[in-house]
Amino acid sequence: MTAVSTPGVEAAPYTVEEVCEHFDPVMGLEVHVELNTATKMFCGCANAFGAEPNTNICPVCLGLPGSLPRVNGAAVESAIKIGLALNCRVRERSGFARKNYFYPDMPKNFQISQYEDPIVFDGYLDVPLDDGGTWRVEIERAHMEEDTGKSLHVGGATGRIHGADYSLLDYNRSGVPLIEIVTKPIVGARDRAPMVARAYVTALRDILRGLGVSDVRMDQGSMRCDANVSLTPKGSPVFGTRTETKNVNSLRSVERAVRYEMGRQAGVLLSGGTVRQETRHFDEQSGTTSPGRAKETLADYRYFPEPDLPPLEPGSAWVESLRAGLPERPWERRARIQTEWSLSDEELRDLVNANALDLVADTVEAGAPPEAARSWWVSYLLQQANKREVTLPELSITPAQVARVIALVAEGTLTNKLARQVVDGVLEGEGDPDEVVAGRGLAVVSDESALTAAVDEALAAQPAVAEKIRAGKTKAAGAIVGAVMKATRGQADAARVQELVLERCR
Amino acid sequence: MSDMISLDAAELARRIHAREVSSVEVTRAHLQRIEAVDGPSDGSAGPDGVHAFLHVDADGALAAAEAADRAIAEGGPVSPLAGVPVALKDNLTTTDMPTTCASRILDGWRPPYDATVVARLRAAGLVPLGKTNLDEFAMGSSTENSAFGPTRNPWDLTRVPGGSGGGSSASVAAGEAPLALGSDTGGSIRQPGAVTGTVGVKPTYGTVSRYGLVAFSSSLDQIGPCARSVLDAALLHEVVGGHDRCDQTSVNAPLPPVVEAALAGARGDLAGVRVGVVGELSGEGYQPGVLAAFTDAVRTLGELGAEVVEVSCPSFSYALPAYYLIAPSEASSNLARFDAMRYGLRVGDDGERSTDEVMSLTREAGFGAEVKRRIMIGTHALSAGSYDALYGKAQKARTLIVRDFTAAFETCDVLVSPTTPTTAFAIGERVDDPLAMYLADLCTIPANLAGNAALSVPCGTSPDDGLPVGLQVMAPALADDRAYRVAAAYETARSSTPDAAPRIPELRALETTR
Ligand SMILES: [Zn+2]
Repeated sequence: MTAVSTPGVEAAPYTVEEVCEHFDPVMGLEVHVELNTATKMFCGCANAFGAEPNTNICPVCLGLPGSLPRVNGAAVESAIKIGLALNCRVRERSGFARKNYFYPDMPKNFQISQYEDPIVFDGYLDVPLDDGGTWRVEIERAHMEEDTGKSLHVGGATGRIHGADYSLLDYNRSGVPLIEIVTKPIVGARDRAPMVARAYVTALRDILRGLGVSDVRMDQGSMRCDANVSLTPKGSPVFGTRTETKNVNSLRSVERAVRYEMGRQAGVLLSGGTVRQETRHFDEQSGTTSPGRAKETLADYRYFPEPDLPPLEPGSAWVESLRAGLPERPWERRARIQTEWSLSDEELRDLVNANALDLVADTVEAGAPPEAARSWWVSYLLQQANKREVTLPELSITPAQVARVIALVAEGTLTNKLARQVVDGVLEGEGDPDEVVAGRGLAVVSDESALTAAVDEALAAQPAVAEKIRAGKTKAAGAIVGAVMKATRGQADAARVQELVLERCR
Repeated sequence: MSDMISLDAAELARRIHAREVSSVEVTRAHLQRIEAVDGPSDGSAGPDGVHAFLHVDADGALAAAEAADRAIAEGGPVSPLAGVPVALKDNLTTTDMPTTCASRILDGWRPPYDATVVARLRAAGLVPLGKTNLDEFAMGSSTENSAFGPTRNPWDLTRVPGGSGGGSSASVAAGEAPLALGSDTGGSIRQPGAVTGTVGVKPTYGTVSRYGLVAFSSSLDQIGPCARSVLDAALLHEVVGGHDRCDQTSVNAPLPPVVEAALAGARGDLAGVRVGVVGELSGEGYQPGVLAAFTDAVRTLGELGAEVVEVSCPSFSYALPAYYLIAPSEASSNLARFDAMRYGLRVGDDGERSTDEVMSLTREAGFGAEVKRRIMIGTHALSAGSYDALYGKAQKARTLIVRDFTAAFETCDVLVSPTTPTTAFAIGERVDDPLAMYLADLCTIPANLAGNAALSVPCGTSPDDGLPVGLQVMAPALADDRAYRVAAAYETARSSTPDAAPRIPELRALETTR
């Protein structure tokens, strides 16, 4: 009992398979998503990640006396789109509520949120699983709220507010629009529970990315997951006591956190203990969870309707127009693209893993043939991304620019080798492909008379080789072609040079 | 005493715009009056000073007056009140003056932004004189809950000027300012107006922006004008009113034509107007002299051609208890931000104590007893075990009060009542009896709960103590003009009667030199 209840880095005592011999796991997943609207939820400040502390602030998001919130319509639109993509119902009349508690990173000491009447509710998501199946996750609700500021506790051992020498507060994030998406209890997944959790968060991330409503960067905190886990003894009609694990900052961590909690709780229960209802923190390093600060009198947030904001009444015409504009679901789009481009499963997986699918699709959209588009993104551009330690979408080249490079190759203006130099120029910020071609002087030498002259010059310089070619040893042409390419600084079409060499020796 | 301090704002504006007198001269006259009768802003003159002001910005006022004079001299179009001085309740944010809400907890805070109403006053060329005293965070009915000492009623310096906006109404009554802005959550403009013999208007909820009004109870708070005449109030109302995108509870509709209504009403004809006397707002508990003055006023309305009928609003009996749950509930949340972390007072930050301890110590030291009482009531009313029985039930009562108003306005154009059950009471008389204090707002609270328009216009003095009495005129939401019309007609009729009170009290100039 002591051994298993001590927080630490030891592995959970039971595997999921062992857990499921005795218990059925029940999960609830709460995902917070920061919207990427231009401005904050209730004021006109920029919603931007990574600015100097306390630069994107105003009386409203600082909660100064006398200030009043005003709702960002773009955030409401994003919330409705998310709801529709999750097959939710949109409430005809919803409202904001105040959630009251004291914390220094929350400048009003209440958070404007939604309580009894979230804007969207009662939906589901059919989640594709790694094993080829699908799992329907039911959605309880998704609601809008404002993010808090960030505190940095300086000094002390824990990095938490207690024991710190002093704390710094950055309110740039204060008032950033958040959507909290809450599932209904996920039951019956048994030993697949950790995989289902990961697959759900993955699918949700893909959907949100497809909607373009959030950066969904778990590493930057624009998508955060809290995992509620409990174990029901087999045959029992009552759910067990749940824990809520926070700080789950990657897709892999979602799976690991659920797996660890299942094993840990089974250890507690099977040794005769009871699971405490508590908040736990996930540790990326060890893959374990540990209890949060114990103060657990149940918080009473004293929710009441936000008197500064009128009810939200999105008209059905607006909702229907948003529904009509929803993009394909990412996995449906993938299936379609796979068929249209005749990709193998492996090729498709490579594209998805490299974050390249949308980029390739957009490149094709911009006029490039699928094969060329795919090849550019997963080979040369992927190398460049790796070299620069960024992801493919972060490379400073657009699908339209890549499509233009491909077109320049197809029309013979560039060789593949020159095309790579053009791409380098674009990545270095030298402008569009045509500007780089002009700026670096990279176009293929296609002036036939100039090329012919160069060939003649090379043949004259190497009479012995010329003689061999004339005698039918066409392989010897390589030496002349090489000389011509060198003379034109690589800007000639080698195949055409080869043809010319043979022509001139006929 | 310069005659300029007894003139109406409309007359001052006329003279300033005709360049018979400059805004600087008018402003200087009011600053001198403040200097003479108000006492130091810390209230240390005691019963010798009105103490309407917490802060006077003489330099800023004179600069604004000069600017107004220049604009007028240049001959361009100026707003109807350009050049006229105005006092501001000290719960409105101002960039050039402190905003204290009469609380220690905002010690040292200088707002980085102007309230919408303040910005509109400045844009219209009015001249802000200073910030007026109030009950701390507008919680009170006597201005005795100010952390900086009570304001005194200019008609009797031993008595209260009402509250919470006692400073604004007293400044206007004492001739220290021709106009003032107040805020009315449960009667904080109208009740002080009544007991200081001035006009006070609570416009329809949402028709004057609350942006920059430090919130007490967000669903009830409403900014409005204080003046010595109905027309003056209407002129100020039109300057500050109208839609504001910074306040999402602001009504996106044209402001009712209140100036036009005040001018029309002053012609004295109320033929065809149906006036309902609310039965529930008189009788037992009301001072006989107040009822006598009220009865006279109703008779006058009849003589002006109005059809007077009795109406019943039975749910008004729930108004006071409902108000004292809803307002503290919202206040408990609104005042949570005063936590020593970002601005204002900070107590106990010795490098050892925790954040929670510093917050607690600061709130303990920074808030007065009444504010703490309401935070506790509100926190309790919203807590999980009490919400339905307290906050929830109060909201139901609110719905019933709205229905009573709706029904009454089906048969009446306006409703009338005394503004307060009694005249000004003595300073100290009710400080230890919150329930008695709360009764001062008995007649004014229903209009806040329902959100409709209401004003108080002077209706003479009570025969039993000679102190001012107010007539409350209530109108439907967005029909503020009706209340103005009736009040202006009444005001004109009354000003010709022999017992019309003197406009400005003869206050003895203070001899203190500081
Ligand atoms: Zn802001």
